[in-house]
Amino acid sequence: MLARMLAGALVCVPLAAAAAEGVKLDRLPADISPNDPVSLQRGAQVFVNYCMGCHGAAYMRYNRLQDLGLTEQQIRDNLIFNGAKIGELMKIAMDPNQSREWFGATPPDLSVIARSRSSSAGSGADWLYSYLRGFYRDPARPTGWNNTVYPNAAMPHVLWQLQGEQVLRTETQAIPRGSKGEVERFEVQKLVLEKPGAMKPADYDRMVADLVNFLAHVAEPSRQARIDLGIYVLLFLGVLFVLAYLLKKEYWKDVH
Amino acid sequence: MAAADKQPVTVTWAGPLSGAVGCFLTWVDQRFPLMSLWRDHLAEYYAPKNFNFWYYFGSLAMFVLVLQIVTGIFLTMHYKPDAAEAFASVEYIMRDVPGGWLIRYLHSTGASFFFIVVYLHMFRGLLYGSYRKPRELVWIFGMLIYLCLMAEAFFGYLLPWGQMSYWGAQVIVNLFDAIPFIGPTLAIWIRGDYVVADATLNRFFAFHVIAIPLLLLGLVAAHIMALHEVGSNNPDGVEIKKVKDPKTGHPADGIPFHPYYTVKDTLGVVAFLIFFSVVLFFMPEFGGYFLEYNNFIPADPLKTPAHIAPVWYFTPYYSILRAVTEDFMIFLALGVAAYVVLIWRTVRDLRAKAGAAVMGVVLVFFMKGPEQFVLDPKVWGVVLMGVGTLIYFLLPWLDQSPVKSIRYKGPIAKVALALFVISFVVLGYLGTLSVTEGRTLLAQIFTLVYFAFFLLMPWYTRMERTRPEPQRVTG
Repeated sequence: MLARMLAGALVCVPLAAAAAEGVKLDRLPADISPNDPVSLQRGAQVFVNYCMGCHGAAYMRYNRLQDLGLTEQQIRDNLIFNGAKIGELMKIAMDPNQSREWFGATPPDLSVIARSRSSSAGSGADWLYSYLRGFYRDPARPTGWNNTVYPNAAMPHVLWQLQGEQVLRTETQAIPRGSKGEVERFEVQKLVLEKPGAMKPADYDRMVADLVNFLAHVAEPSRQARIDLGIYVLLFLGVLFVLAYLLKKEYWKDVH
Repeated sequence: MAAADKQPVTVTWAGPLSGAVGCFLTWVDQRFPLMSLWRDHLAEYYAPKNFNFWYYFGSLAMFVLVLQIVTGIFLTMHYKPDAAEAFASVEYIMRDVPGGWLIRYLHSTGASFFFIVVYLHMFRGLLYGSYRKPRELVWIFGMLIYLCLMAEAFFGYLLPWGQMSYWGAQVIVNLFDAIPFIGPTLAIWIRGDYVVADATLNRFFAFHVIAIPLLLLGLVAAHIMALHEVGSNNPDGVEIKKVKDPKTGHPADGIPFHPYYTVKDTLGVVAFLIFFSVVLFFMPEFGGYFLEYNNFIPADPLKTPAHIAPVWYFTPYYSILRAVTEDFMIFLALGVAAYVVLIWRTVRDLRAKAGAAVMGVVLVFFMKGPEQFVLDPKVWGVVLMGVGTLIYFLLPWLDQSPVKSIRYKGPIAKVALALFVISFVVLGYLGTLSVTEGRTLLAQIFTLVYFAFFLLMPWYTRMERTRPEPQRVTG
């Protein structure tokens, strides 16, 4: 028994280290910057046009979108479709009880979705970027759609006209193992674009990246202010540390 | 001395206002023990001159306590303890309240740093035997502070009303369910409802913002009063009061807390703030350890998360709780039996022998006895977790070494402490992960190490040779 316990201890150390979520996420492209107003504004536009039919961002106020470099008038003209006032929250009119009946689940509020989807597998932005590009046709599902990142998602593929229709193909891959020409075969599932949509795949990915960039911004609008302030605070503390060190040295010079 | 007979307070600095300040202080001092408090606790409190790195964490704990109280006051101005509004009110603070995000991050980062600082402060006590006679009460007050801190953190964690808030509280309150006979009623009484709900949120808010902080402040005062009564320990574990300067009557190795340690601790606070700010401004979630990602999903009583983990500072105990499985019970029973044999063979006192034997038989009876009497492993998990948190209280009596400080203890004590720290860290890490067979086994092994550190201490501290303590501190 003791031997088993010891063996278990040795075996499970690497296991514990390798533990992660099941799905491999695509990274949000590195050239997408949280400070790029063009990307954020485009993301906002996609959000109000395609997402806000069902999802609100109920902790975010429209006038806070001025952070993206927009004026109040631009926000009113381009981003508010439901007659809301500029200082109001980005709520939607859909009744959560009805939407649960329609979809089987109430579409979640997206204010902090980018923060909640973070995990050891990747940031919340990575998750959303992978999710919005992971829809495929699945006749077994009530909506006709399924998702590789979030299997059996209740959400249909809202952007399908833009992306086109993907299907999930199973391919067998062979990978050489060892020196004697042994080959290990395993099945890989791959998304294939079967019917092209209105956008080219690269353009679609770019649009999704901008949308995700916007969602990440909405999840923490004060992020940039936090980082900016942090730099000054650290500079101040650095100076204060030197002064405090000199003061301590001066007082302690007679302690032996 | 009657208050009115006191000497006038003289101000040591010269300046345009020194006369007026002196008059004012004299007026106060004749009505309030101002100068004697100042002398007893700062200007003439003699602390050993050889404090090292580990001695920063006491004053840092106090600093973080003040930080938490001040930021907490500001948070309550906008937070709403209402199940329908709590989550949104936190996001309101993060977005719409000017500077609200800073106050909130100060508080959430402060909570984790409080535990970092307190764990290092407690580790200092273990290193240098700061719990040994005559500082048993200092240690006990400290442990009570630690328990209050855990309660404070537990109650506070429900308030953002996210999924982890909700299900974490649900899991912990359900532990009380495991108590025989009164458990289910007790759990309902704690929650104020059949599940964690609005009533629970409201009472946890009351505990978090007033009940526990009041206790905490009183205990901190008692901790410091007891410390200043007996004097501070130091890395050598020798009493500085034994050798006094014949001229002044002050400890020869002591220096006044003020100004020496006030300026030194100021340096410590600034260094602390640098680490604190790096986390606060650049990684406030700290990879999901300080702010769990799942907690950005509003509490949903109908949706249990796949993986529920408490915040990192509770995970060592959570691991102990989860380690107690059906298979583990036989080892637990064998451990109890072995411990009774050890006491029986090494202790001379017949009453102690008999007491241990009776206790052992009772424990084994409820662990592995007739089936109808055996308590569920879950109950033993709760018991072990409880004992795991409370066992620190016994340290002053478990440690039988002739010396206090690790510097003069033998290799066994050093290895034991190292093993304890490793088990605490490993259990903590495992507690953040989901359960697998291998991890449970690892948690079980380190649970045994954790308890062996304490329970075998009276034997291993007595049996080995220690180096002689010096007469004076060694710098």
